[in-house]
Amino acid sequence: MKNEDTTTNTRREILAGLGLATLGLASLNKVWDAMRAEQQTELATTLSSHAANNSGFPNVSLVTHEGEIVRFYDDLIRNKVVAINMMYTQCAGICPVATANLLRVQDLLGLRAGRDIFMYSLTLQPELDTPATLKRYAERHGIQPGWKLLTGMPEDIELLRYSLGFFDRDAEVDDIKENHTGMVRIGNDALGRWSMAPSLAEPSQILATINHLDPKVVHTYTSTHS
Amino acid sequence: MSKSSGNRQQEAQQHNPISTSRRHFFKQSLVGSTVLAAPAFIISRNSTAQTIEPELPPSPPTTPWLDELPIAIEPLAQTDLLADTSMLPQGIAHTEIGECGRNNHQHWDDFFGSPVLQPDQADLYELRAKADPQHVFHPDYPPQLMWNFEGKTQAGTPYPNPTFFARYGRPIIMRLHNELPQNHTGFGTPEISMHLHNLHTPSESDGFPGDYFSPVKSGPTLAAPGYFKDHFYPNVYAGVEEFGSIGDMREALGTLWYHDHTLDFTAPNASRGMAGFYLLFDDLDSGDEHDANPAALRLPSHPYDYPLLFQDKRFDASGIQIFNQLDPEGTLGDKITVNGKIEPVLRVARRKYRFRLLNAGPSRFYEFYLVNSANTVQKFIHISNDGNLFTAPLRNRDRIRLGVAERGDIVIDFSKYALGTELYLVNRLVQEKTRGPKNVAAPGVRVLKFIIDREPSEPDVSRVPNVLRPIRMPTADEISAAPVRRWTFSRSNGLWKINNRLVDVNSPRATITKGNTEVWELNNPSGGWSHPVHIHFEEGVILGKFVNGVQVPIPVHERGRKDVYVLGPNTMLRIFLRFRDFTGKYVMHCHNMIHEDHAMMLRWDIKA
Repeated sequence: MKNEDTTTNTRREILAGLGLATLGLASLNKVWDAMRAEQQTELATTLSSHAANNSGFPNVSLVTHEGEIVRFYDDLIRNKVVAINMMYTQCAGICPVATANLLRVQDLLGLRAGRDIFMYSLTLQPELDTPATLKRYAERHGIQPGWKLLTGMPEDIELLRYSLGFFDRDAEVDDIKENHTGMVRIGNDALGRWSMAPSLAEPSQILATINHLDPKVVHTYTSTHS
Repeated sequence: MSKSSGNRQQEAQQHNPISTSRRHFFKQSLVGSTVLAAPAFIISRNSTAQTIEPELPPSPPTTPWLDELPIAIEPLAQTDLLADTSMLPQGIAHTEIGECGRNNHQHWDDFFGSPVLQPDQADLYELRAKADPQHVFHPDYPPQLMWNFEGKTQAGTPYPNPTFFARYGRPIIMRLHNELPQNHTGFGTPEISMHLHNLHTPSESDGFPGDYFSPVKSGPTLAAPGYFKDHFYPNVYAGVEEFGSIGDMREALGTLWYHDHTLDFTAPNASRGMAGFYLLFDDLDSGDEHDANPAALRLPSHPYDYPLLFQDKRFDASGIQIFNQLDPEGTLGDKITVNGKIEPVLRVARRKYRFRLLNAGPSRFYEFYLVNSANTVQKFIHISNDGNLFTAPLRNRDRIRLGVAERGDIVIDFSKYALGTELYLVNRLVQEKTRGPKNVAAPGVRVLKFIIDREPSEPDVSRVPNVLRPIRMPTADEISAAPVRRWTFSRSNGLWKINNRLVDVNSPRATITKGNTEVWELNNPSGGWSHPVHIHFEEGVILGKFVNGVQVPIPVHERGRKDVYVLGPNTMLRIFLRFRDFTGKYVMHCHNMIHEDHAMMLRWDIKA
């Protein structure tokens, strides 16, 4: 127990020292390096933290494209309605279409994005997708606030990938990152209710599934035509 | 956790932090009993098989044959929906009194005159989707939550998932109330769209997946939420426009079933329950073994006509049902419930019975055998597939295989056995993944025990004639004239697809003019999985079956009409279909409900 507290404190100190609130791109990478250096101790933290929540999700630490350190369950999932996809910035296959669809979803959500509905993109390639890389990706695609792009320790990302159901039972299929980019995992933690939408579906369809899981919405469908 | 085991784990982590962390994580998940959405399994990567195995622990053992099914079912009693004149059923959605925003009932005026339904024009029923927090699947497991379509017996007693007794030529109005708890947590969502599989039903009463509703929510194809929805079941045979009157009696279905079909949530909602039978009779299959009509078949009839609904379910260490919403391949049940009970006993009289077997999913396939206590296989008569009586009974059968949503009617003659004989229905089909079944292996799993415990109260006058129901096979000219559509069922990017596309309930992928015929080729080019494909609304006929491109004989029990077409690995089926009498939107989908939810479904429309 004592060991874990020490770990957390050390982490916090490192991160605090980096001045998280006003991070530039260079600093983002410093956060990243600091976290990588901590990989071994991070594992211990990870293990202790999923014992502490009943959601079944690993409460691992992740870094957003804005350089914010977040806990997966506590900060991103708990009591929220969320839409989560997996991507990587170098993915040339269906990722660009998926990102375009989700941008349209964010647009359709309007003020609900970041207030009622939280959108997350988890990188499948954390070794390459540093916070700075993700920030450039977000800027290039015009991703608005309320949608966080996330990276973290590769092992933590793998845990999240499995726990969110972005995997295939066939190891050969599972080894291909692009195979995990086809789904948007959509859930409502307070209700313990989870579904999905294809990331290549019409944006209005993805929105309809989000709306199905958002108790504030009555009619789930918003036409994007006309 | 003891100190020493904790130390050992710490040591192991130091040696191999990454693989140990994964194992440790999934083990941690298994411990929590309050896990709602948890991936409660262990993932291990087996280097030889090259597969990833999310392993759920098996359901806790149960002591078999502790619970009994009722010796006869009780049909759903009618409700006088005309009693409250402010709440009369009507063709236009009655939104001002709380009905959801459905489309207008087609042909309402043709059936009932406009606008008010008159007494005796239709049979009137009422169901309420409700939570039962105290259902007992098995005495060894604690009472727990189940969702039901609740009806009432003749005596007014509420009971779950009742059996309809319907009759061709006699329309039904069914009022469905949604009283599921809106604050429900865990798997299942409290909106419903009740599909009646596979009545010749106008689209707005078919239970289209996008038509889900609750008092506070409405699906993408429904105009407004509501407390209830009226379904209009005309109970006409297909072919009304071609043959007049109530259609072509060769198109009759006898064993139908209803279940929730809510878009994206069919598997979890089906796992919660909410499924029952709709038995449909006519002058031929009249449901009366004493029928004086010389044309009547006089098959064994109620109370010796008994529906059996099989579902696969999984339970955690404390005996509470679980369903992993986050596993992309769902949860394969390892306990098989029969009419909601695990390993029940059915006491029967020494005479013939008609059993209507239904695989109500969500994912497991079955191959049932009837055996005695020494596991010796017993014979029965197979009379119907997917609710369609064969032209002639298949006698001396020893097995019946059912993909999800397939039905099979069989007649067992218990008069061949001595009083006190015990027989078992066993499932010999091995299945380890939701992707599809493996081999058949004896002795199998006993799921239901029959005890022949009494002589019948009267002589058994029922029979199984050598001729059952005629079939209208398409002519060679009809087949060659029919346009062909090809549908390929495949998987990519973690999703299940049809022609490489995903479900969109707002957009039809095929639009067929009413009265037309088509040939649909259903193709499963993979060796890895099976798809029980269901086409709503119309029965079809299999014209040809091809495995690995080679034509193979159509199994003898699949040579009649069907509405679920099991696409085994590397299989292609050619189906002949007629699209008749009603217009609107319907679906075709894989009835492995996990595949259906992830998004192996398409909308097709009939236009005027």
